[in-house]
Amino acid sequence: MIKKLFTVLALVASSAAMAAGPTVPLDKAPIDLTDKESLQRGARIFQNYCLGCHQMEYQRYSRTFRDLGIPDDIGMETLGFTANKVGDHIKNAAPKADLANWFGAAPPDLSNVARVRGPDWLYTYMRSFYADPTRPFGVNNEVFPMVGMPHVLQELQGIPYKATETRLVDGVSTEVYVGIKTDGSGELSTEEYDSTVADLVNYLEYVGEPSKLESRSLGIKVLIFLGIFFIFAFLLKKEYWRDVH
Amino acid sequence: MFKNFMSWIEYRMPFMEKMNLHVMQYPAPKNFNFWYFFGSLAMLVLVNQILTGIWLTMNFVPSAEGAFASVEYIMRDVEYGWLLRYMHSTGASAFFVVVYLHMLRGMMYGSYQKPRELLWIFGMLIFLVLMAEAFMGYLLPWGQMSFWGAQVIISIFGVIPVIGDDLTLWIRGDYVISGATLNRFFALHVIALPLVLVVLVFLHIIALHEVGSNNPDGIDVKRENNGEKIENNVSDKFTFHQYFTKGGKKIIVDAIPFHPYYTVKDIVGVVGFLFIFCFVIFFAPEGGGYFLEPPNFEPANPMKTPDHIAPVWYFTPFYAILRAVPDQLLGAVFMFLAIVFLALLPWLDRCPVRSVRYRSTLHKVNLVNFCISFVALGVLGVLPATPTYTLLAQIFSFTYFAYFGLLWFYSKNEKTKPLPVRLS
Repeated sequence: MIKKLFTVLALVASSAAMAAGPTVPLDKAPIDLTDKESLQRGARIFQNYCLGCHQMEYQRYSRTFRDLGIPDDIGMETLGFTANKVGDHIKNAAPKADLANWFGAAPPDLSNVARVRGPDWLYTYMRSFYADPTRPFGVNNEVFPMVGMPHVLQELQGIPYKATETRLVDGVSTEVYVGIKTDGSGELSTEEYDSTVADLVNYLEYVGEPSKLESRSLGIKVLIFLGIFFIFAFLLKKEYWRDVH
Repeated sequence: MFKNFMSWIEYRMPFMEKMNLHVMQYPAPKNFNFWYFFGSLAMLVLVNQILTGIWLTMNFVPSAEGAFASVEYIMRDVEYGWLLRYMHSTGASAFFVVVYLHMLRGMMYGSYQKPRELLWIFGMLIFLVLMAEAFMGYLLPWGQMSFWGAQVIISIFGVIPVIGDDLTLWIRGDYVISGATLNRFFALHVIALPLVLVVLVFLHIIALHEVGSNNPDGIDVKRENNGEKIENNVSDKFTFHQYFTKGGKKIIVDAIPFHPYYTVKDIVGVVGFLFIFCFVIFFAPEGGGYFLEPPNFEPANPMKTPDHIAPVWYFTPFYAILRAVPDQLLGAVFMFLAIVFLALLPWLDRCPVRSVRYRSTLHKVNLVNFCISFVALGVLGVLPATPTYTLLAQIFSFTYFAYFGLLWFYSKNEKTKPLPVRLS
């Protein structure tokens, strides 16, 4: 009886793993929150390519500058395009209603996008656009089919297309889908493009939870303290309980 | 000087008298194990929730327009706001972890049995209020899951015949979940329910101290004093409050004063608990997406239903029962009964032996059945309701209720082992 129950439980657990998740396998995003240069490059990409439509309405410029090690004056000059004061939120001036009309849906706020979607989703999504003339902006996305967003990094990646190869399958030559490739018209090589997207995702991950690094360093101290406290608490208990045993 | 001050107080209010009664001279059985940490831990988490809650309230804006942004403000702009919020959100889940384990302890050692029925009932009331408290708290960040989770749970009341629709309207204060709902949930979450909770915890402890703590052996530590000398009685070394010895009519056997013995022991439990608790707060505050669900980082949007709505993990065992029953009204009834049967345990269990240690193999197997059913329902409640999962949920709902039916059936004439005379 119990054995059977455990079998059923194992079944539930394994099918749970299959039930969730998107249909396209996601690539692991090579992010590192301690890499400030990568975060700075990511912030630059965001300001140059994303901010036109997307905002980070909960994140302040000053917070980004402080955490990324950018002096306020340099930050305001190079990144603070939409800021009057360094304490302003990272917002744009685009009217939301117009954006919704242009793209079919208002572009979501990106303050928390890494927490909603996860970095792997973002990393794969930004590398999964492909040319599709049936779509209004000429591109579709494998991770987010029929997405309203144009491929804003096209000038960096070039025009991506779904590449196929002719292969012999069971003696018949067949067209096999081998993934997304670029026509090479972009400014960056495929490796450079991937690394640029990784920087952007790294920055989005940081903005999703700016306290993460502080949390980890404080957390280690707290756990060490508790570890030492545990020894003393245990010895104190042992000492008192000698009366009982 | 201090002594004078204390006697000045004592003359006007029995401070030391009550401290002695409830702490320093309260007889606690000497054989409490690991399972007895969870009562004090629940208290610790309650204090954590109240304190972090007060500070969160200082920056939270209870309105549909301001709530989500104010939580982000707390997370990004308030000094250590992220820590306060994670302590509070992790604390909510930790509360249910320790309360579920505390309840399981009571079931294992028959702590609900006579004379502790009322104590158990107070515990169940605390559990109910805690569920309401957690549910209302989860609406406050005004994220997608806050909104849609509340939508689903409030709609459960809509299946009640005749008054259902009016009742949901009354709860929401609007035709849909809106700022009106948020504001009243805020009021209930920060004032009304915590007050009720604190009063119930007080009554729970008063009731506990009246009947005395049960223990892993399930035998009494207070006996009639018939003048017989009891060998190796550790209790002889200590002074207990005369309230418990009834002026010598009762004798305390194998019990020790709560303070300092269980205070120092509980500190060990507290530090062990805090280690895990802090690990989650600092390194995994989302709790793998179960403590803080990813869609909840998106502001509530009444026009956009999430792909998959699941209540927070601590409600899912009951939610799975609700979904397992094809008829909505019956589903709600069964969900309600799942809690009612727990409350009725003191009367469903007719065995004179309390502790699982001395009860039949059948009871042990049945208790394992209960735990597996509860956990399995919890897992199923998180998953989408596919036909396979629904079937499994129906099976486990059946085995969940079977626990109570079987218990009532076999407990009257159960083959138990002989009880020990003294605590092991």
